[in-house]
Amino acid sequence: MIAWFNSRNVIAGLIVAGLLLLPVFSQATGNLFILTLFTRIVIFALAAVSLNLIMGYGGMMSFGHAAYLGIGGYAVGILAAEGIGSGFIQWPVALLASALFALVIGSLSLRTRGVYFIMITLAFAQMAYYVASGLSRYGGDDGLTIYKRSDFGSLINLSGRVQFYYLCLFCLLGGVYLVWRIVNSRFGMVVQGLRSNEQRMQAIGFPANRYKLVCFVIAGTMCGLAGALLANNTDFISPAVMYWTRSGDLMVMVILGGMGTLFGPVVGAIFYLVLEEFLSQVTEYWAMIMGPLLLLIVLFGRGGILGLVGRFARA
Amino acid sequence: MPEPLPEPLLSVENLFRRFGGIVATDNLSLEFAAGELHAIIGPNGAGKTTLISQLIGQLRPSGGSIRFAGEDITHLPAWRRSRLGLARSFQITSLLRDFTAADNVALAAQAREGHSFRFWGNARKEKPLRDAAQSALARVGLGHRAEALVSELSHGEQRELELAVALATRPQLLLLDEPMAGLGSTESARMVKLLAELRREVTIILVEHDMNAVFALADRITVLVYGRVIASGAPAAIRLNEEVKRAYLGDQHVVTRHG
Repeated sequence: MIAWFNSRNVIAGLIVAGLLLLPVFSQATGNLFILTLFTRIVIFALAAVSLNLIMGYGGMMSFGHAAYLGIGGYAVGILAAEGIGSGFIQWPVALLASALFALVIGSLSLRTRGVYFIMITLAFAQMAYYVASGLSRYGGDDGLTIYKRSDFGSLINLSGRVQFYYLCLFCLLGGVYLVWRIVNSRFGMVVQGLRSNEQRMQAIGFPANRYKLVCFVIAGTMCGLAGALLANNTDFISPAVMYWTRSGDLMVMVILGGMGTLFGPVVGAIFYLVLEEFLSQVTEYWAMIMGPLLLLIVLFGRGGILGLVGRFARA
Repeated sequence: MPEPLPEPLLSVENLFRRFGGIVATDNLSLEFAAGELHAIIGPNGAGKTTLISQLIGQLRPSGGSIRFAGEDITHLPAWRRSRLGLARSFQITSLLRDFTAADNVALAAQAREGHSFRFWGNARKEKPLRDAAQSALARVGLGHRAEALVSELSHGEQRELELAVALATRPQLLLLDEPMAGLGSTESARMVKLLAELRREVTIILVEHDMNAVFALADRITVLVYGRVIASGAPAAIRLNEEVKRAYLGDQHVVTRHG
């Protein structure tokens, strides 16, 4: 049995505490920038957590996960542009559209394995990217400005920076909690079993693709929520959020933090985006530093940053 | 124990499978009675594994039909056959390596309880599943290794775990593909003893190269050569069968000539 008080749980606790107290720190020091930065980080962390569900736990290497960021974002943006400002309509539509997209591309791409699966998910995401670029009514290539954030009446005001930050954090922690429940459930055991040995799972009576598809749809829907948050955060949505490099960023966050660990993607998102922010202030060739750094962590920290920390704690 | 069925539990009729120009299963008709331990032997390349793969649903036959417990299963996928009570062990150990022994078996027990679209409760804390796993593990002598990861188990223990997983699906028919493969003599003896106990509870089809084990265990032996049945009957009759002797001598001849 794993002790409750181990290095991973300590890190998770520190992260949650830090994220919860961040607005307090921001107000006390008058540093508004850090709140802006971390709102973005929390949103991307949610996307990474959803990707981790299929990639880390389910063994499905989707290279098109950023598509849902765009779909969730465009659902909000398009409805806003058409004069439907209520979040109670926008957000369910964002989730539903993401789920539908996941259902369609999942049922097609899950027929393939390995590299083919990676390529076909990438291809679908790129298709979504080009479709969005072609939406001339909604800005096409240039993207779409959202003049008013989703309206939730008196429930919550998304234009309040602190309120919006806490909403994003609430969604992130809810997402982590959901993944935690799922991976330990009967369904989660099946999905992880399929990652480990699909042939064996079929032989004991599990129809592999149904379980994978449901998992794929859950992850896509969760990422669609991140997309709705992202559009509200930037007051803008453009095809660029769906570009394949964005999907790559999400994969890096997951691998960096620790695939198949609960808080790994959160750690990865914080590390990646803080470093990007910091390095890009130092030099415009920040990618030259970021690249080798990622390489080192992946080479020496099998299991990502959380894996590394775990090993130090044991040593 | 279920009442013995009037018709055979598993029957194969005119089964045919071709790989390009090679006929691996040649118009094969066989019956497996409930309650029997039926061994299938034959020299290398006789089509034993091809036959098993078709029975289990991993390979589509080119022609013919397979019936199990009164149902035509020729076109059912593997997972459906498993639900009907057809379990298998793999020739090359095929387990969930990053799971514990208990998890491997509990998943098999879970598979018997309908669908697994349950997203909330902690499956590792479900007592019925854990108990089923523990009793299947105890059955094969692995009760003390329940919490060990598969990758920490010895080869012999992994073979036993294969069997526990198959048993946990509560099969009517157990298809064992070389359960003795790679076992030392002590481990082999333990496996034979275990199979001798199991044969009283479940119908078994045993594909095995270890002739001592086959003749010690089988009620009936079928000999395959080039995808065809050349003999089928009680062990004593098979031992004396001239055609069987020829097939095996011929095979040995080939083996020695090629080193």
